[in-house]
Amino acid sequence: MNARLSRTLLRSALAASLACLGLGGIAHADVTVISFGGANQAAQDKAFYQPYTASTGSRVIAGEYNGELARVSAMVQAGNVTWDVVEMESPELVRGCDEGLFEKLDYSRIGKTEDFLPEAVTPCGIGIFVWSTAIAYDADRLKEAPRGWTDFWDVNKIPGKRGLRKGAKYTLEFALLADGVPPEKVYETLATPAGVSRAFAKLDELKPHIVWWEAGAQPPQLLAAGDLVMSSAYNGRIAAARKEGRNLRIVWNGSIYDLDYWAIPVGTRQRDEAYRFIAFASRPEGQRVMAEEIAYGPTHKDAVGGMPAELAADLPTAPANLQGAFATDTEFWVEYGEDLEQRFNAWALR
Amino acid sequence: MLQPYASPLERAWYVGLRVLVGLILLFLILPILVIIPLSFNADSFLMYPMSGFSLRWYEDFFTSPAWRRSLANSLIISPLATLLAMVLGTMAAIGLVRARFPGKALLTAILISPMVVPVVIVAVALYMAFAPFGLTGTYTGLVLAHAVLGVPFVVTTVTATLQGFDFNLVRAAGSLGAGPLTTFFRVTLPQVAPGVISGGLFAFAISFDEVVVTLFLASPEQATLPRQMFSGIRENISPTIAAAATILVLMSTLMLLTLEWLRRRNERLRGVSPG
Amino acid sequence: MTALCETADAPIAPRALKRRLRHAERRRNLLFAALIGPLAFFVLASFIVPIASLLGKSIDNPEVHGNLPQTLALLEDWSGDALPDDATFASLAHELTQAAGTPAVANIAKRLNREQPGTRTLVMRTARGLPLPEGTPAREGLIQLDARWGETQTWHLLRNAGGAFTGFYLLSAVDRTVDADGNIVASPPEEAVYLDVLKRTFVMSIVVTAVCLLLGFPLAYLMATLPARHANLLMILVLLPFWTSVLVRVAAWIVLLQNEGLINQLLMWTGVTEAPVQMLFNRFGVYVAMVHILLPFMVLPLYSVMKGIPPAYLRAAVSLGCPPLRSFWRVYFPLTLPGIGAGALLVFILCMGYYITPALLGGPNDQMISYFIAFYTNQTVNWGMASALSVVLLAATLVLYGFYVRYLGTPNTDAR
Repeated sequence: MNARLSRTLLRSALAASLACLGLGGIAHADVTVISFGGANQAAQDKAFYQPYTASTGSRVIAGEYNGELARVSAMVQAGNVTWDVVEMESPELVRGCDEGLFEKLDYSRIGKTEDFLPEAVTPCGIGIFVWSTAIAYDADRLKEAPRGWTDFWDVNKIPGKRGLRKGAKYTLEFALLADGVPPEKVYETLATPAGVSRAFAKLDELKPHIVWWEAGAQPPQLLAAGDLVMSSAYNGRIAAARKEGRNLRIVWNGSIYDLDYWAIPVGTRQRDEAYRFIAFASRPEGQRVMAEEIAYGPTHKDAVGGMPAELAADLPTAPANLQGAFATDTEFWVEYGEDLEQRFNAWALR
Repeated sequence: MLQPYASPLERAWYVGLRVLVGLILLFLILPILVIIPLSFNADSFLMYPMSGFSLRWYEDFFTSPAWRRSLANSLIISPLATLLAMVLGTMAAIGLVRARFPGKALLTAILISPMVVPVVIVAVALYMAFAPFGLTGTYTGLVLAHAVLGVPFVVTTVTATLQGFDFNLVRAAGSLGAGPLTTFFRVTLPQVAPGVISGGLFAFAISFDEVVVTLFLASPEQATLPRQMFSGIRENISPTIAAAATILVLMSTLMLLTLEWLRRRNERLRGVSPG
Repeated sequence: MTALCETADAPIAPRALKRRLRHAERRRNLLFAALIGPLAFFVLASFIVPIASLLGKSIDNPEVHGNLPQTLALLEDWSGDALPDDATFASLAHELTQAAGTPAVANIAKRLNREQPGTRTLVMRTARGLPLPEGTPAREGLIQLDARWGETQTWHLLRNAGGAFTGFYLLSAVDRTVDADGNIVASPPEEAVYLDVLKRTFVMSIVVTAVCLLLGFPLAYLMATLPARHANLLMILVLLPFWTSVLVRVAAWIVLLQNEGLINQLLMWTGVTEAPVQMLFNRFGVYVAMVHILLPFMVLPLYSVMKGIPPAYLRAAVSLGCPPLRSFWRVYFPLTLPGIGAGALLVFILCMGYYITPALLGGPNDQMISYFIAFYTNQTVNWGMASALSVVLLAATLVLYGFYVRYLGTPNTDAR
């Protein structure tokens, strides 16, 4: 189809409808913030959005997604960016940064870089918190705790459906752990074709018993409803569900931790507002409230210190919880992520 | 009615059919009956048995910014889209019924094609086409998209109504000295009004229930009620969804009753059923 | 036209009459154009053009073509036997440097990767290493960044992917690909998923249509035979779910079907099963909800056809000595065929394009072609593939719709 013709047609349709409806083009200072929804969003609302509105008078329009970089990429390439600030996981952040999807941050507009954990300061994103993916289960239903991913794969010992996040990231690591690869060798193994095949072969074993989840809110719900016997889950969601009176527990052994970051998609209409929001949300006061609401570790050094011991024990960064845990290898996923995700999708379909 | 002299086989058939149809109707209506009580559940699980009666989920629905915004958005977008579809659709239907020109069948097919094309294709196409004009993430874009989806229903219902309309009345009005506008508002419109209104109701229902196109085109700011329910079901199943569902069921009952009333009125006036 | 003659005050010369007729005709046509025009323009601009341009994307190939024009022009004269000349290397280094750090470079990488897995890293790694240090010759510099630039195969790949148009996506959508010699062959098994998806879409649509027919037939039959007052009540029970939001019904089915939902509670209470039966996130849940949503589309056309069958036919057959069941099968049933055809085609067409219900209630193996169109648009930004699958789905839909119009007339929405 002739692009010029379609453009002209659409433009006149737009002009006509604008005239009829008197809508569109209304300038406002609202900022659209996209996060991983559910309990995480609820915590952010208390810690960041509400105080931000109270202090600046501009509204935060909250939206949610499940971490797909492609959502940002599609928007940038379609030519109309409607997200102002987005919460990103580290590999997607770095990949998006390479692909020119995110603003290179001007830290003078945010805060002093030395106030933050070193991992939190990156060219395109500033760390919000440290979170972890771990095995979760309902202690009211499962009397004996699973000890790690080997038990997760053992359907004879613990029968029932298991939940895993739909995607290659973490799933492949967990499969190798279940296959007996020690944590420090996981990424080394996955970098070889034989290692990848080994992970998929291990996944084949469990495939009939897996329910794939996409939103972080699903595992606690599915566990509490008895639809799943165990699931990988974001640790904060499990802690939040516990506060609501459900007896969900976390197995820290074999958990993987990572940082989430604030990033600004290139081409947003509200760039200044986006900076203003990120600067506000990166203050230690807000981060401390965030940690109280959901068990994720703060990135601002002032918020890390002076945390009540009871609260600190739930965080992924507590020394006891780091036993047998390891960090996401961002570089590995930047390098191999797209190929592995593609292979995973083809595998999951059949 | 079953005759007293019916054979046992006929009797079994009579009862069997009724039991079977009863079960099918139960299947159709059960989900609606099940979700409504849960909106009054005191407990925070979307599950039976209920632990007590409470209005807290309605309170949540009407106080939470996201749900409130979605309701407001639906009440902005759907009426505007309906109005646009009704005006354009009615005009075109009147023209299509009376005009004779080559390619008329093709043009009609094109005008009602949004009804046939799978909605995902519409959503993806509009997403890619609207973005370069800054129409994604705007109310205007959503209104245009929803209107396109509603137009075929207006065109087909108004056309069906006009099939029974005697255009000699228009000529008569003209010969008696009425101008075209007067004729339209005083003669044509009152006759086709039921068709226009039921077409409009269809367009409204389509827009009010639309989620796929909205998923692609709307930013969180324009999230409509079904869009909010979609993320509710995905992200956070809480009884607030049941409260929203109950409100939607109320709305649909209202629309259904209006349509039924229109149909009966039409039957009374004409002594026939339309279409 | 007689009216016109009668209103004329005096006899008119034939020529003048012709002129006045023409004039009136033109005014009528103008009026019709003014009535139809706005909608025609609106549908054209905000529906037909977007759909057409989406379908066009299935053969569009802008990633390499648009971003490396100079290099491609130089490659046109390349023999293909040895490595290209220095100018080509320099041009590539220059054009990749410009693309680096923008979405363009990711697009080039993704496009090449579709031809040859593993090429993404080649492009991204090279782009990260650019620009080359001052004074480094482009050939040595590029090969140093990645040895694959020293292989002719890489350059062939670049040239092959550089056309303005490609049949790649359309072929992929039917699990075909072009091999090194230019022949159309079956895709490698790990990429050949779309025919399966298409088959699954058809199978699921057939199952849903069949179940809708099985349930819809007795329901419509009873409605058509009951006295009007009772039939109206049944009709309202059919129409109420029909007018209720699809999202409401999906939520309700979750309540009913989840592991501790009402159905499982009932099954366990009656002792049919010991442990809860999994009914969500699998095919069963999708079928139940889709049948529920589409059943009214079957019932309404069936009902309107059955309503038009005089009950006397059946009675006549029975009174002539044909047993009731046989009369039903031989006399009544054939008369309902237009209704069955209309309902089945309508349900089938709607089912094929469904997205929401499988997305919310199904697992990865229960997704139909619509899911993949959305998936490629939003989750992998592979618009060529999304468009190609749209072409397939739209073609299937239009063929079925053609049948519908040909044999049954345009869909009657008034019955809804």
